Amino acid sequence: MIRALLSGNEAVALGAYHAGVRVAAAYPGTPSTEILEELSKNPGVYCEWSPNEKVALEVGIGSCLGGARTLVAMKHVGLNVAADPWMTLPYIGVNAGLVLAVADDPGMHSSQNEQDSRFYARMAGVPILEPSDSAETYEMVKAALELSERHDTPVMLRLETRVSHSRSVVRYRDEREEVDLPYGKDAVKRVMVPGHARLRHPVLLRRLEGLAREAEGSPYNRVEMRSTRVGLVTSGVCYQYAREAFPEASVLKLGFVYPFAERLLHDFASHFHRLYVVEELEPFLEEGLKAMGLDVVGKARVPRDGELDPDLVGESLGELIEMDTGVKGGGWSPPQAGERLSPASELPLRPPVMCPGCPHRGLFYVLARLKLVVSSDIGCYTLSVLPPLSGIDCQVCMGASVGMALGLEKAFAASEANLDKKGKVVGVLGDSTFIHGGIGGLIDMVYNRTPCTIIILDNRTTAMTGFQDHPGTGKTLMGETTHALDLEELCRAVGVESVRVVDPWDLAATEEAVREEVAADRTSVIISRRACTLQVREERPAFRVEEEECTGCKRCLRLGCPALVMRGDKAWVDESLCAGCSLCAQLCGPGALREVRADG
Amino acid sequence: MADVVLAGVGGQGNVLSARILAEVAMQAGFDVKTSEVHGMAQRGGSVVCMVRWGDEVHSPLIPRGRADFLVAFELLEGVRYLGYLRPGGTAVVNDYRLDPLPVLRGDARYPENTLEVMRSRAGECVVLDAREVAARAGSPRALGSCLLGVLSRFLAFPAEAWDDALRRLVPSRAVEANLRAFALGRKEGM
Ligand SMILES: Cc1ncc(C[n+]2csc(CCOP(=O)(O)OP(=O)(O)O)c2C)c(N)n1
Repeated sequence: MIRALLSGNEAVALGAYHAGVRVAAAYPGTPSTEILEELSKNPGVYCEWSPNEKVALEVGIGSCLGGARTLVAMKHVGLNVAADPWMTLPYIGVNAGLVLAVADDPGMHSSQNEQDSRFYARMAGVPILEPSDSAETYEMVKAALELSERHDTPVMLRLETRVSHSRSVVRYRDEREEVDLPYGKDAVKRVMVPGHARLRHPVLLRRLEGLAREAEGSPYNRVEMRSTRVGLVTSGVCYQYAREAFPEASVLKLGFVYPFAERLLHDFASHFHRLYVVEELEPFLEEGLKAMGLDVVGKARVPRDGELDPDLVGESLGELIEMDTGVKGGGWSPPQAGERLSPASELPLRPPVMCPGCPHRGLFYVLARLKLVVSSDIGCYTLSVLPPLSGIDCQVCMGASVGMALGLEKAFAASEANLDKKGKVVGVLGDSTFIHGGIGGLIDMVYNRTPCTIIILDNRTTAMTGFQDHPGTGKTLMGETTHALDLEELCRAVGVESVRVVDPWDLAATEEAVREEVAADRTSVIISRRACTLQVREERPAFRVEEEECTGCKRCLRLGCPALVMRGDKAWVDESLCAGCSLCAQLCGPGALREVRADG
Repeated sequence: MADVVLAGVGGQGNVLSARILAEVAMQAGFDVKTSEVHGMAQRGGSVVCMVRWGDEVHSPLIPRGRADFLVAFELLEGVRYLGYLRPGGTAVVNDYRLDPLPVLRGDARYPENTLEVMRSRAGECVVLDAREVAARAGSPRALGSCLLGVLSRFLAFPAEAWDDALRRLVPSRAVEANLRAFALGRKEGM
């Protein structure tokens, strides 16, 4: 047996490899990204970055029908994009197993919302396995694939940030299973015209009954009897928090979370006068238990928003458990006075910032200067929302910038109240985001004659999630060279008359392009193109402030560059951080910012 | 068994240091859990990692006031996560101030008494300029290994275990500098 310290995401990848997964597809998204990055390092597995999650799942459906065990991975919001295939896939079933690894992000460490993926499983009629550490994650991938094949259903492997991005010990044998199932045509089962779908829906419902029976005896639903006074029901990483907070409590740990193991839950409940449910985000288990007629306490005490931790679990339930047991705090000992609120609350925040030399900065400086209404999107450039750039008006989900810009423009066009905003709207999105979900919006703009400018921030990578390739970069996840999608040609092909490319490190040219296109009465695209500085890391001379020449006007500070600060009444560049982009020098009236030359 | 909090700024390398520490603890036969920060928070944001080991470890997150060690890669970040350190615990502090954007803009003030605050809670507080020590070892970027060197003085793991983990986990071109930075940290001032 090999013993290794793996993150949850690495455990998914290793589990999939050992269980014989031959096809895997994903679109990156924290906290799920490393799953495919890791899996693609193994031989004999086809791995791809798909342009978005919907395509990834569709690739997965095809490959499982084609007889290959399949893994599809995404972050929670990715399942919104993939929801359409997700809802009908359970009607047709699988051939070889298909597992959807979906990673929720309670606390929104890197996300725009904290939706709870478990409801997508219930809505689609799909079973959920939920691990609580890396060892379980590793095992559950194989268990999920087998479950998938046994019941002819996709399976959701539900992860969370603290499972995906926690390391713990995994024991395994370095052996790979071989699974290669024959493909046979079966149109009634796999062509979902209404007549066939009406036959398949009852099959799905019967399948859920069978799954519920299997959940009753699943080794992943484990009763741990300790104190007979306190019974907790929990799953995922919350199990770990609950064990930490109330080590004496009895626990029903659910790993086969849905469909519910009703008999097991009733049996467990019969030992206690009420149950406590410890779960993050929505009251998914709690509502299920209440519908079974059980007396449970959950979200009345445990927070429904944000991330839990041992302290929150202990504090939220300690008082009630004390009443049940007579044990002080229910066994939970809170940190000594004064510790809970460290001085942290009064400290300056340290939000993430755009890097020195980031190509997005020049573009957002220009947009702020021209006082445009900026419909933006998700990516590193979203960081320009912070002062001093304060460059964004709205941002919702990937690709939305384009449709929202169209809507804003149409609203302003017919408005008295917002007359001055008419013709001032731009939509801004990254290259990966444009390919993911922006193209449809652009087609709409041209089709519905919208005089609006879309700016594609083409930094040649998916930077926010750690530099993944995409169809525009000319490289695949498996390291092959491929056709690089030509953004200019694509925009022209959908009917955009004016497509121009600017270098965002050239402020004057960028401003001129934006001014002209915004003024023009047609749909236009500006591609702001320069490779991500963090990824490319070119050596360039830094800039330095000639002190005598600096007037202290602070114009350069409007760029919000972390390498540029005031020291007394003069600007100062931290040369160890400076990437040499020269934007500050372009702004400096007296010309006090100069390149540091090797000769001094 | 022990619980360690490593606090720093995205880009300083505390995720890698946490990983090295966790690997050493695992090789010593312990059950180990870590939690890391990836994604958004790495763009110069506040980054905290936790490493726990013992016979059986449950939560990857350390309860407040329970950590035995705080390794502060930056002063403000050390104070931010000080509440995790148990009173009387040990702090290893890089004497380095990096102003966050709200301070640079003049919207917030960098606290002046960070070392005092940390000393008032910690039983022992080792303060050093880890960037300078690491620079002497060959690269200022090896500061995390220097801090691990200091931390290692308080832990019973053998020197070879550290050596082995550093060699396996640090990118090959930086291994030598990191080994030297670790050795200096382990020895400095003793
Ligand atoms: C549906 C969905 N999938 C994935 C993500 C995670 N995510 C956020 S931004 C982003 C891509 C950013 O790439 P790009 O648009 O090229 O901008 P960059 O970060 O490179 O500036 C991803 C994958 C998400 N928020 N929503």
